[in-house]
Amino acid sequence: MNVAIIKYNAGNIFSVDYALKRIGVTPIITSDKETLLKADKIIFPGVGEAETTMKYLKEQNLDKLIKDLKQPLLGICLGMQLMCKYSEEGNTDCLGIFDTEVKRFCPERHKDKVPHMGWNTIENTLSPLFKGFDKDEYVYFVHSYYVPLNEFTAARTNYILPYSSALHKDNFYATQFHPEKSGRTGERILRNFLEL
Amino acid sequence: MLAKRIIPCLDIKDGQTVKGTKFVNLRQAGDPVELGKAYSEQGADELVYLDITASHEGRKTFTDLVKRIAAQINIPFTVGGGINELKDVDRLLNAGADKVSINSAAIRNPMLVDEIAKHFGSQVCVVAIDARQTATGWKCYLNGGRVETERYLYEWAKEVNDRGAGEILFTSMDHDGVKTGYANEALAHLSETLDIPVIASGGAGKMEHFRDAFTFGKADAALAASVFHFGEIPIMKLKEYLHEEGISVRL
Repeated sequence: MNVAIIKYNAGNIFSVDYALKRIGVTPIITSDKETLLKADKIIFPGVGEAETTMKYLKEQNLDKLIKDLKQPLLGICLGMQLMCKYSEEGNTDCLGIFDTEVKRFCPERHKDKVPHMGWNTIENTLSPLFKGFDKDEYVYFVHSYYVPLNEFTAARTNYILPYSSALHKDNFYATQFHPEKSGRTGERILRNFLEL
Repeated sequence: MLAKRIIPCLDIKDGQTVKGTKFVNLRQAGDPVELGKAYSEQGADELVYLDITASHEGRKTFTDLVKRIAAQINIPFTVGGGINELKDVDRLLNAGADKVSINSAAIRNPMLVDEIAKHFGSQVCVVAIDARQTATGWKCYLNGGRVETERYLYEWAKEVNDRGAGEILFTSMDHDGVKTGYANEALAHLSETLDIPVIASGGAGKMEHFRDAFTFGKADAALAASVFHFGEIPIMKLKEYLHEEGISVRL
């Protein structure tokens, strides 16, 4: 199988690369249009800031490419947020694959710290990414912005408020958490994605 | 619900774990990667690797080790020791570490905290504080506890919080190695006055001590070394105990 990781100025590309190798898949890390179009599965990682990242994707003409992809694509963390329509982070217009916005967490109680960091559960899982899950599994999160619940919500997590910890629409899949850092559970999610 | 984290800490010298272990199924008990993998299989939520090597060559060995850890460990890990400037942080993050922990360097140059937060994001910046109770209050120490500073724990923790640190790793030197429990009062004070997570360190001897750090100490995570290395407290058993005690943990 041909798995590509979209190469851009994201922080966790190597973590995703390592995670795929641990489950026996050696991905191609590339920003080359032809190579991406030929890949069977594509991963769109992301750690960083929305505005500068979106600007970079536009300069590289990767924005249109990503939107038009037909094979299964998995966005991770900032990758997922950039797949939405708009982000409050830097008031950024994003790719618009998911017609929803990205908002900043506003803690109401002192014990709700931002960023939301650490292991939390995913509930009401609705996508093939979570095939075989029979309980609310723990996964690893690090983020200060969130996607509200919407028609594309494929998993929900409760932190400050219930929000979307995964999204799904057609060939587009996305997780707010980091499967590449989520132990055995994360490996199952990556395997499920590769088996789509 | 966000889980309370259990974090084993490994001291590394010249690429090997310093403290012995009682793990039987390891190919090489001294190999930090094998040990980290064993902890992660047992349910550790994160790992901390602390480089206690002093030499320049040792630093290079540690960076190579970080690459091997990143390739093989499937949970987040923090590295610390010998980080003095931004380019040390860059080197370790590029090698695959998720977070870096700075201690003496932050006290000598507090701007380093701002710089790390600005360049790499607050979430990568753990500020470790070693402190001891004195007649005038909790005081911060440098160089692994050998040098007293003029800084006080609560003020310094608040300052690095405001400068953009992502977490505080607080070690009570009075409690470290004594195994009579964490410094819960000081922990609770930190947790109530800071906006960022607090990791408890120093004093774990029994499973009850972890519970108390989370309940009385209001800590977000608890770090320990010897009780895990010597197999005195198996991590899975600890987490089952905490779960029974009503504490949210990842099982």
